[in-house]
Amino acid sequence: MENLKENQGTSPKETDILDARLERRAFLQYAGAGAAVMALVAAGCKKDRSPSMSFGATLDFKDDIGVLNYAYALEQLEAAFYIQVATNPPSSFTTAQKNYFQDVQFHEIAHREFFKKVLGTSAIGSLDVDFSSINFSDGASVLAAAKTFEDLGVAAYNGAGVRLKTDAYLVVAGQIVSVEARHAAWVRDQISNGSFADLSSLTSLGANVSGGLDAALTPDKVLAAASKYIKTKINVINL
Amino acid sequence: MNILSILDEIEKVDGEIYERINPRRKAMQDFFHIGKKISLAAMPLALGSLFNKAYGQATPTAVNEVLNFALTLEYLEYHFYNHALVAAPGLIPAGAPTAAITTIRDHEKAHVDLLKGALGSAARTPLEYANFDFTAGGTFSTVYSDYVTFLKVATAFEDTGVRAYKGQAPVLKGNAVLTTALQIHSVEARHASHLRQMLAANGATGLKPWISLGAGGVSNDTGIAAVDPVYARENTTLQAGVEIMGINGTAVTKAAAAESFDEFLTKAEVVTIANLFLKTGFKL
Repeated sequence: MENLKENQGTSPKETDILDARLERRAFLQYAGAGAAVMALVAAGCKKDRSPSMSFGATLDFKDDIGVLNYAYALEQLEAAFYIQVATNPPSSFTTAQKNYFQDVQFHEIAHREFFKKVLGTSAIGSLDVDFSSINFSDGASVLAAAKTFEDLGVAAYNGAGVRLKTDAYLVVAGQIVSVEARHAAWVRDQISNGSFADLSSLTSLGANVSGGLDAALTPDKVLAAASKYIKTKINVINL
Repeated sequence: MNILSILDEIEKVDGEIYERINPRRKAMQDFFHIGKKISLAAMPLALGSLFNKAYGQATPTAVNEVLNFALTLEYLEYHFYNHALVAAPGLIPAGAPTAAITTIRDHEKAHVDLLKGALGSAARTPLEYANFDFTAGGTFSTVYSDYVTFLKVATAFEDTGVRAYKGQAPVLKGNAVLTTALQIHSVEARHASHLRQMLAANGATGLKPWISLGAGGVSNDTGIAAVDPVYARENTTLQAGVEIMGINGTAVTKAAAAESFDEFLTKAEVVTIANLFLKTGFKL
């Protein structure tokens, strides 16, 4: 206590100056934080007006409608990604790559619209996507993201097929998943030729190397992996 | 591979798995006992024996028929690639091409072993290389001496495999075996995609990794008339009664609509194709 008093007594001017500086810094910090809060509030208000943010999307796996909506959600995600790539491809892409990304874009749009049409009034709304982790001007970043989407899509369809109760939907799901697998193989070969079916790199998605089996994941695991790309809250019930 | 998580998955999708397993609790215990000792490499075989034990006599005949049908096609693919790699020196260029064909051959072997294991005593008589005629009665007489012909036949086989599995899916509906079949199916699709790129790099300029519209809108986009049956109906744009071309006002063209969905082949169609490559006495 004596030392403290002594210090206070010996350098009153220094502490005054220090306090003044702190106050000024603190004020600036508060001001900055206040501005940030204002921005967040503004952003929050803006997002609150978007219907998909307000209500989210519910996937009810009690029947085929839920499974089809699950596929619809994933196709929305893929289509949104490829539309962005095809519209503004990285400058490093070759003409062939640009053309094939155009193709893939339309395949995913076709898949998305197919589910939308089949589901009719049972369809979930449009999802808000978040591609902030992807650098769309960088070819490697785009290819890596495309590989993630395609391999995950294959895993999703392979894992969900057994839930379908209607023959026609099961066949259509099979008709789509093989196209996704063709995409996955092509994208992988763009990254590293020969990696088209590198099952050892897919074990975290449920692939089995010794059985020669591709990826397969249950919907909860697929949605967890896809969540970083989807802003809309997705509720899963009856899984 | 986590066998318990696999059982967990089966439990989710096959409500009857307990009924299948309970009367055979001893068999399940035996399986788990073995499971502790066997290596990862032996897992598919063990998995096959698990399914065999779980489903046992109750395995529907229709499911076994599908698995044996798939096994025949996997034998065909395996022997086709294996012969090229071990008995046709110089056919496949060294480096990336040989590596790719080796990868594919190894997958087909894994599929053969997996299906044999799953079928157990119900598995069909094994097929040897000598039971096949990969020239298809002379149609592809240079299949083991001309690399491009080899790639053409390989592409046709993979595209057939993709379509064959799809066509059988409804028989396996709701069955845990369906997931395994789908996992094989998409590997075949990956093979097809790569082989098409290999063929495109060897003269078939513009051949896409996915099956597109053929010249003038025909179903076969490879331009190889001898494989027309492999691509039957691939030019369709109608899916489950929904027209895909221009769907919901989008710019989806006829070609994109055809490409975006692979079609299935009926069992009869696949049998016709497979029989072209099976010698008399071994035809389906």
